[in-house]
Amino acid sequence: MQTKLTINGKSHNLNADTRTTLLDALRNHLGMTGTKKGCDHGQCGACTVIVNGRRINSCLTLACMHDGNEVTTIEGLGTVDDLSPLQRAFVAHDGFQCGYCTPGQICSATAMLEEIKAGWPSHVSADLNAEIALSDAEIAERMSGNLCRCAAYPNIVEAIRTVAQGGRT
Amino acid sequence: MRSFHYERAADTPDAVAACAAGATIIAGGTNLLDLMKREVVQPERLIDITRLDLRTIESAEGGLSIGALVSNSDLAAHRDVRRDWPVLAQALLSGASGQLRNKATTGGNLLQRTRCYYFQDSAMPCNKREPGSGCHALGGATRLHAILGGSDACIATHPSDMAVAMTMLDASLDIIGKDGASRRLRLRDFYRLPGDTPHIETVLQPGDLIAKVVLPPPAGGRQTYRKVRDRASYAFALVSVAARIELAEGRIADASLAFGGIAPRPWHDPAVDRLLVGEVPSAALFARVADVLLDGAAPQEGNAFKVPLLRRTLTATLNELCREIPQ
Ligand SMILES: Cc1cc2nc3c(=O)[nH]c(=O)nc-3n(C[C@H](O)[C@H](O)[C@H](O)COP(=O)(O)OP(=O)(O)OC[C@H]3O[C@@H](n4cnc5c(N)ncnc54)[C@H](O)[C@@H]3O)c2cc1C
Ligand code: FES
Ligand code: FES
Repeated sequence: MQTKLTINGKSHNLNADTRTTLLDALRNHLGMTGTKKGCDHGQCGACTVIVNGRRINSCLTLACMHDGNEVTTIEGLGTVDDLSPLQRAFVAHDGFQCGYCTPGQICSATAMLEEIKAGWPSHVSADLNAEIALSDAEIAERMSGNLCRCAAYPNIVEAIRTVAQGGRT
Repeated sequence: MRSFHYERAADTPDAVAACAAGATIIAGGTNLLDLMKREVVQPERLIDITRLDLRTIESAEGGLSIGALVSNSDLAAHRDVRRDWPVLAQALLSGASGQLRNKATTGGNLLQRTRCYYFQDSAMPCNKREPGSGCHALGGATRLHAILGGSDACIATHPSDMAVAMTMLDASLDIIGKDGASRRLRLRDFYRLPGDTPHIETVLQPGDLIAKVVLPPPAGGRQTYRKVRDRASYAFALVSVAARIELAEGRIADASLAFGGIAPRPWHDPAVDRLLVGEVPSAALFARVADVLLDGAAPQEGNAFKVPLLRRTLTATLNELCREIPQ
């Protein structure tokens, strides 16, 4: 099946079996291995990418369903010489150990900060209609779809908080 | 995953025609693809409905009309939902994760399948997956299973949080049948109990497409969704309660309750609502309500904890909603 995808600003023509998930398309067909496969069932968040501005689990969606869509992966957020603010903060705050969950964490956090800007409440927001106070509990709840087997959670929260507060690292 | 034929519907008649010809609808795909990977379901033909014009949330009939493709995140973030149906926003926000809610759709959420371990494992017998093959949840691992409404054939629970809130709110569905005609159905009449046909989960007919969910006009009082689970986030409910209580002059003037995690469908018991109306809130009243709710409960060894847990969760929810609001 022919599928046109714009990935990190570059146009790609994918020709793959209809069964191909967006995750497998990225990793196996397009050679972009930054996005990781953990559980392959929506339970870990390692495969998180941003599609048309929203974070999703790329393991639970078919590549062919995204014909014409814009995909951003970890490779598109920054480069080794020019890290994104969140990438820099994860380094500065030791937001990882083995690093396997990190691309998913950073893609997820990038889109999550936009959700906060858009005023989306969360399960821990005391008032659904009030402005969001970005507590650590808010960050943890909003990032609960990204598991870290090394349990780097406290530093992940710290890295995200720093960027959310506009701090430079 | 087995191979399948994929097509994208251009408009609703297109989708209805494909459904009528036996195609399986794919919307967010977060449940269907999960089950296809496990070969729990093996559709030969998928119809992708995500490009249909069913993404609007609009005021209708004094209430709210929600397109079947509205994502769980957009619905939870919608101004009117947060203000007038907060129980629905809370239920949605307590489900799954930020990533999943971005993909999960209103229609798909209602039709997501049970998280029963035996249903999800195609190597195990399961009356829901393979009618007549048996149920290994009975006498097996039942932490997520039903204490009410189950049968000798199946004790699987319906996993949706959103559907519990919508059941409490008495939402309706607009369904398009394979002849193209639309009909309306109350959500409270939508899910079937397993009996000896646990593979038939709803009253939908082959080829039906859910087009919309319609919420009735906002009702008075206070409402909330309380969910108890094994970890603080990103886990299905062990027990949940959606409740609305309206107080007048120290008495309960109106009440509506629905429960999740305890039954094969979002559980609504009209006797529970009736018992509360006209009464002065008290611990004794709440205990009586729990007795009525749990009358006929048939827990297994592995989920007997849900009986006291439901009692306490119900009491805590009613206490919260009946508490005097400081002026
Ligand atoms: C790890 C994980 C954790 C989760 N946690 C929770 C949780 O805590 N609480 C909760 O409530 N849910 C939870 N979910 C489930 C999630 O909410 C559902 O997967 C999602 O809502 C399904 O919506 P979808 O659009 O992706 O459905 P799909 O997977 O696209 O479809 C599901 C079913 O609905 C049918 N269908 C879809 N749309 C229509 C329509 N318009 N008309 C007719 N049939 C239709 C499909 O044919 C299919 O059978 C979790 C899921 C995962 C993977
Ligand atoms: S690989 Fe997609 S959520 Fe785990
Ligand atoms: S850093 Fe190892 S899994 Fe998160």
